[in-house]
Amino acid sequence: MSAVTPSAFGKRERAALLDPILTNNPIGVQVLGICSALAVTTRIDKALVMGAGVILVTMLANLAVSLVRNHTPGSIRIIVQLSIIASLVIVFDQILKATLYELSLELSVFVGLIITNCIVMGRAEGYAMQNPPLASLMDGLGNGLGYALVLFLVALLRELFGAGKVFGFVVLPLAKNGGWYVPNGLMLLAPSGLLIIAGLIWLLRTLKPELQEKD
Amino acid sequence: MEHYLNIAIRSIFLENMALAFFLGMCSFLACSKKVETAFGLGIAVVFVQALTVPLNNLILNGLLKEGALAWATPALAGADLTFLSFILFIGTIAAATQVVEMSVEKFAPALYNTLGVFLPLIAVNCVIMGGSLFMQERDYTLAESAVFGVGSGTGFLVAIVAMAAVREKLSYSNPPAGLRGLGLTFVTAGLISIAFMMFSGIQL
Repeated sequence: MSAVTPSAFGKRERAALLDPILTNNPIGVQVLGICSALAVTTRIDKALVMGAGVILVTMLANLAVSLVRNHTPGSIRIIVQLSIIASLVIVFDQILKATLYELSLELSVFVGLIITNCIVMGRAEGYAMQNPPLASLMDGLGNGLGYALVLFLVALLRELFGAGKVFGFVVLPLAKNGGWYVPNGLMLLAPSGLLIIAGLIWLLRTLKPELQEKD
Repeated sequence: MEHYLNIAIRSIFLENMALAFFLGMCSFLACSKKVETAFGLGIAVVFVQALTVPLNNLILNGLLKEGALAWATPALAGADLTFLSFILFIGTIAAATQVVEMSVEKFAPALYNTLGVFLPLIAVNCVIMGGSLFMQERDYTLAESAVFGVGSGTGFLVAIVAMAAVREKLSYSNPPAGLRGLGLTFVTAGLISIAFMMFSGIQL
């Protein structure tokens, strides 16, 4: 493969990488992968690890699915994709348990749920089955980054206003510790994730009116 | 008995799959436009969940746990295959969904016409996979996992029907253009989720 020539990384690859980060964001626009995303956004470090996992899995799954796309019969493609994805998630889970054990306990079932994350399946089925390996790799990276970006934003808001911290460092000193900030308890509870995403979608659709739904 | 009732109540109301753990959000948002569709999907989830959670429990305890393979040959007594659980669980789920779909089509054609389109969707529904993973994490016995399977499926059913009922009414409202559709659905889900938090005081 002459993958490293300048022509190999052309317009298609660049579009595959950059589009999903903002204009075609997997969570905000394609509405994929909300499933396991929201519960891990109470703290930034959890969100970042989860984002890294999804980036890794989407990227490698897209690459692998794209490599075998011409040898996969249509009738069993879902099983093929699922087993590729499940194997990658097992690898990520084992690495996480070996290096960041505490965090892996807190993420509990949500690492395993990357398997059923619609982003991974959706990109493998919708993009990697029709496109060459390099473009698929870039598409996986782009979608993973888009997902991680939204996760990071939600986690930033929730940790800042819910606990007065960023990355565990105190930014807004809490009233009960002699500071001035009274934390918003709702931010640490499950519903706030949904409400923040709703706000982000509202913002995105106000800035880009062509995304608005007509009914 | 009380213990099982406790698991059921917890999984339906307190630890509702959709509203407390955000599992199955994709279908929760996509299939909740009409109560009828929502009910069909909910029933299908209860069905598959009640089947796969106990089944995966058997696989976990009979094949994967450390020492579980001792019945085959003593040489395998020390084998710990729990790291394979993800891939076996998803395999069971995909196979069970297929079996359920075929048997419903054969024996209950009327039910198949209502559920048909949802059954293949369910194979990649996070509620199903999440149920099996929670079962593993909490180390349920076979009976407990059967109760948990039915309970968590029912919790999803209750949540999605409530959501669809609200959305049917909402179609007459006039929200800001940017909030229309998806945005408003998220707000609704958030508010229902807050409402479900009142159950957190229940202790059995």
